[in-house]
Amino acid sequence: MKSIYMDHSATTPVDPEVFDAMIPYFTDIYGNASSVHSQGQKATRAVEHAREQVAQLIGASPREIIFTSGGTEADNQAIITIMAANKKGKHFITSAIEHHAVLHTGEYLVKQGYELTILPVNSFGVVEPDTLRAALRPDTALVSIMHANNEVGTIEEIKELAAISHEAGALFHTDAVQSVGKIPVDVKDLGVDLLSASSHKLYGPKGIGCLFIKKGVGISSYLHGGGHERNLRAGTVNVPGVVGFGKAAELANQRLPQNAEYLKILAQRLTKGILETTPNTILTGHPVNRLPGNVSVCFDYVEGESILLMLDSYGIMASSGSACTSGSLDPSHVLLALGLSHETAHGSLRLTMGKDNTTEDVDYVLEKLPSIIKNLRMMSPLGK
Amino acid sequence: MDYSQKVMDHFMNPRNVGKIDLANGIGEVGNPTCGDIMHIEIEVKEDKIIDIKFQTFGCAAAIATSSMVTEMVKGKTLEEAEKITNRTVAEALDGLPPVKMHCSNLAADALHEAIKNYRQGQGSSANVQKGCCKQLSNSCCINIEEQPEQ
Ligand SMILES: Cc1ncc(COP(=O)(O)O)c(C=O)c1O
Ligand code: FES
Repeated sequence: MKSIYMDHSATTPVDPEVFDAMIPYFTDIYGNASSVHSQGQKATRAVEHAREQVAQLIGASPREIIFTSGGTEADNQAIITIMAANKKGKHFITSAIEHHAVLHTGEYLVKQGYELTILPVNSFGVVEPDTLRAALRPDTALVSIMHANNEVGTIEEIKELAAISHEAGALFHTDAVQSVGKIPVDVKDLGVDLLSASSHKLYGPKGIGCLFIKKGVGISSYLHGGGHERNLRAGTVNVPGVVGFGKAAELANQRLPQNAEYLKILAQRLTKGILETTPNTILTGHPVNRLPGNVSVCFDYVEGESILLMLDSYGIMASSGSACTSGSLDPSHVLLALGLSHETAHGSLRLTMGKDNTTEDVDYVLEKLPSIIKNLRMMSPLGK
Repeated sequence: MDYSQKVMDHFMNPRNVGKIDLANGIGEVGNPTCGDIMHIEIEVKEDKIIDIKFQTFGCAAAIATSSMVTEMVKGKTLEEAEKITNRTVAEALDGLPPVKMHCSNLAADALHEAIKNYRQGQGSSANVQKGCCKQLSNSCCINIEEQPEQ
């Protein structure tokens, strides 16, 4: 049977070149990067090389990067330690479409006595500059807005949002887990103070990511222990993971323009095909400013989990923000924040393509998907 | 989602989908805002369910339990059909994942509503019972574990 993976926003396969780069660091160069001896020195050198590779991908200086266990930890560290250490105030601003790594961290802060404002988005999932302007207060210490959304793919106007935050004297963090490696990300151009990234979204291994901290921004450690990562992240460094992340970043840097262009064309073909063959269907997220391989749609009258399982029976792997797939009675907070009704969100389908998907894959999905929706609609009491 | 083979079979090849021209009992439960709707129509003759059809807006477990319920009661007397519970439906499907148990409530509830509707007034749609699953099945909202976001 065919196996067509279209869930690259959930995670990506490790690129064979990345895997090859990692292998020596399990059994040959197994040293602890903190050790003085030659094993340790080799490990340190590998870690520092990877730091350069990652820094280069986002236009940072290597000293501005610390490695973390992934995007979630980077988000937590940025938000919690900045809010705890700053003298400006206790007010934190984020948006309604953030990943739970940010939203739940905000809710945690509220329990600790901080104040939280969650900005609404427009129907495309865009945080409008005026909304942020109106929410900023003299005691706002930090604003965190994601660069690109994991569900609907909308790309936010980070440059403008960061500038507005700075005018009000607040620091700016962006969760760039979905954008790094897929679209150009330059910390200087964006003007952000802090940025989170994760390796497994760009063909690197899971369980490794990084936090960019602009020179001069005072952050503190979140995990307490040894003096690793310049005292900012305790714990023996995951050397093979870091090496893999570094290699993945280097490859992403080289391939970004071609991949982005290629995925845009595939996504256009898929979107057009779905909308043309299946009535009562909408594209969610921004029509133009969206992640290159993201096709997220909602089909009226049907439920997402049913679509996923039917697709899976043909070897097509995707995801959904429907209530039934979340395990709760509520559909994804992102779809609701866009103003979609519960019923519409119920029929959500997210297809996120990657560099190894082909035009044939797209055509195969287009061959199967319309009849799946048709059949499920025939089974639905709401369908026509 | 880890579904049994039986669930997958009933989901991929649902039995008794559709509507009945001569239906004399109709039950509908669920609510579009809490997600799921199940619509069951029965044709009763001499106290026996001689035909049953369903339409479901919901997940694979919801579709499979609807399909299973129709298979279980077809040809049965009303009294036998009334004994069917969400548990017997789930058991007949070799079990459901804990987060999906509430879906089986809907199927049993829709069946019982259809029987009630038959007993009340022989299928006049004015009597169709509607309600949110949150009200109809008290176990609907338990066992909920959120999936991590990706
Ligand atoms: C936008 C966003 N932020 C954060 C994360 C969490 O990253 P990680 O899985 O590396 O913890 C993800 C992915 O799961 C994501 O899509
Ligand atoms: S119908 Fe929503 S979880 Fe089963």
